[in-house]
Amino acid sequence: MSANENRGTNYLNADYGVKSWLLTVDHKRIALLYLIGVTFFFALGGLMAVLIRLELATPAGDIVQADTYNRLFTMHGVVMIFFFLIPAIPGVLGNFLLPIMIGAKDMAFPKVNLASWYIYMAGGLFAAWSMLHGGVDTGWTFYTPFSTAFSNTYVISTAIGGFLAGFSSILTGLNFIVTIHRLRAPGLTWFRLPLFVWAHYATGLIQILATPVLAITLVLMIAERAFKIGIFDPALGGDPILFQHLFWFYSHPAVYIMILPAMGVMSELISAFARKRIFGYKFVAFASVGIAVLGFLVWGHHMFVSSQSPYAGVIFSFLSMLVAVPSAVKVFNWAATLYQGSVSWQTPMLYALGFIGLFTIGGLTGVMLATMGIDIHVHDTYFVVAHFHYVMVGATLMAYMGGLHFWWPKITGKMYSIFWSKVSALLVFVGFNLTFFPQFLLGYLGMPRRYHAYPEDFQVLNVLSSAGASVLGLGYLIPLIYFFWSMRYGKKAESNPWDAFGLEWETSSPPPTFNFSETPTVTLEAYDYARREELRQETRQARTQPVKDA
Amino acid sequence: MSTAQVGDRTQPVKQRQPGLKPWGMAHHFNSFAQQQEASYFGMWLFLVQEIMFFGGLFTAYIVYRTAHPFAFALGSRTLDIQLGAINTAVLIGSSLTMALAVWAAQTGRRKAIVVFILLTILLGGVFLGIKTVEYSHKWHEHHVPGPDFQWEGSQGNRVHMFFNLYFLMTGLHALHMIVGMGILAVAAVWAWRGAFTPDNHNLIEGLGLYWHFVDIVWIFLFPLLYLLGRNVG
Repeated sequence: MSANENRGTNYLNADYGVKSWLLTVDHKRIALLYLIGVTFFFALGGLMAVLIRLELATPAGDIVQADTYNRLFTMHGVVMIFFFLIPAIPGVLGNFLLPIMIGAKDMAFPKVNLASWYIYMAGGLFAAWSMLHGGVDTGWTFYTPFSTAFSNTYVISTAIGGFLAGFSSILTGLNFIVTIHRLRAPGLTWFRLPLFVWAHYATGLIQILATPVLAITLVLMIAERAFKIGIFDPALGGDPILFQHLFWFYSHPAVYIMILPAMGVMSELISAFARKRIFGYKFVAFASVGIAVLGFLVWGHHMFVSSQSPYAGVIFSFLSMLVAVPSAVKVFNWAATLYQGSVSWQTPMLYALGFIGLFTIGGLTGVMLATMGIDIHVHDTYFVVAHFHYVMVGATLMAYMGGLHFWWPKITGKMYSIFWSKVSALLVFVGFNLTFFPQFLLGYLGMPRRYHAYPEDFQVLNVLSSAGASVLGLGYLIPLIYFFWSMRYGKKAESNPWDAFGLEWETSSPPPTFNFSETPTVTLEAYDYARREELRQETRQARTQPVKDA
Repeated sequence: MSTAQVGDRTQPVKQRQPGLKPWGMAHHFNSFAQQQEASYFGMWLFLVQEIMFFGGLFTAYIVYRTAHPFAFALGSRTLDIQLGAINTAVLIGSSLTMALAVWAAQTGRRKAIVVFILLTILLGGVFLGIKTVEYSHKWHEHHVPGPDFQWEGSQGNRVHMFFNLYFLMTGLHALHMIVGMGILAVAAVWAWRGAFTPDNHNLIEGLGLYWHFVDIVWIFLFPLLYLLGRNVG
């Protein structure tokens, strides 16, 4: 069979050459461009984490000095947050799946979609350039006045990187919202949308409403540092606390930009591998929107010890706890979906179950931290570090990996090794807990974050954490290998290898450039496995029964 | 159709949408109406994020004005209210010509689109010219923020903060105008070539929304920076 015979049958072989990729407006190809980008930055951020954990394996500050260590954790945070966690699920899975899931041929603005990738990469280059020249030591939060008046590292270029990443994120969110509003297939009402789509809708709202505030904040910080326009300068009557307010007005909702798409992935995985309609569909859908809305009202919980008014603190504390309600609605509904479902233990499901466990711990410790009394005790300790890693890595990354395993056959048309994928899912779960659970204990015992040296009493827990990090690293390395392997040697995947529900499984693997040969019409509710089974039986009977009317 | 070309490497086969689409309609839309709705909605969302972007700056203004009302009034009094008022009128006039350009596009008047866009650019240029005169006055009076800032009288540092905000807010506004004028110039060329039809002129509509937004930002900036508290002290 010649290569040309297959030419044009799917989006991967529709066109060849570097130019056909770099100038593509196909949302599926753009998703793969994002996959390359986020994988690179994940590896880069991971490298920083390796150095951090190596340094912390011993109490003395021996491998790196304090200055270098400051740059390491700063760049780890900047790269992981702006260039991995925020774009990962929307950029890769959202871009690839959202138009297919709603029966559209592409995103509403395909060129804007491509532009958002270029802007993201340009931002990444600014960050990488800063890193090569010595990095930044302000922490990813760029707090003034340290960032504007004292730090002598590459603050401006890194901040420009963050600004560009934010702009890219805004354009992605805008594209999602317009696409969901305007390009749904006939019959696909709002309450028939997959929950993945609802989650990305809520994410898009935050991206559009919160990210511009980060952009202006970084602009003001750069203006102060570069041109001495001291907006936050106390000497001119300015207030550094205002910077913190503006920064967290974006950066707390940003956490939900990371977690909401992950929750969307979760709903897909859970219902597919329980072979059941999700329990309380509307509650899960509105919980996404609820988290997005509440997320705008809680930023002050990052500032309990910043001299913010204690009355404001009380209100922020209460509102922060309120976020637990829609989050818990989701977790309970996933659990209820599993109840009496026909659960199968495929790799994506292992990640999904891991998510439930880790997110529950991350979420509950979040409620603890929303309590001012506890927060003041563990503020700026490893307890906080462990908490947000449980949410951002434990939840978001688990969902990202689970989603990647779930849709990999659709994306590439190839199957990966089931055995090795299960091994690595297990390694990630064990490694993750070993890395970060000891950090809860360390934080509770009083080990502050952001120091390269510590008293010897803390060594045992730190060694456990470093050991866990190496297991975790292995857990991420193995998928990289078998995913690459599968692209060349993997078994050919069918159009619906998991027999899952959803429009993306009704087109071929990999899908054609315009996703469907003809625009599908939706007649079933979302995840209606039962009704689909009935319809299949009816078709089978109609085929086997002889025609009597004749 | 193109099936005959399959396998011929000299003629790269691009997948074409089954069924021809009218010129100007993107591959993923089913009708001009759908394309238009998506385009307008996208522009509105873009303006929402613009509001949040300026919103951060306005928040800073509100916070500092509340903290230092007297100093802000002192700073405000040095601004040239006449030039500011003329500029406000000029910008509102440019919004009118922009609205007329949109009307011309809706009714398919090719030359009128070009004329009204050029008028809009011209009025935008007048605005920026007057702004430059104001900036240069500030420069000569040493009221530009930075090491060169000088203030004779009380509250010098606080007045410095007023001018920080004045230059950031008006500068960011001017930047938005310059970007808008650049895209308007491109649109004028396209309009001259007849790229816009009553069915399909989303760029003009989008630019109209954008230009009115920039106008409205100034409608807020003018009273906040020039008028409020002018009579204090």
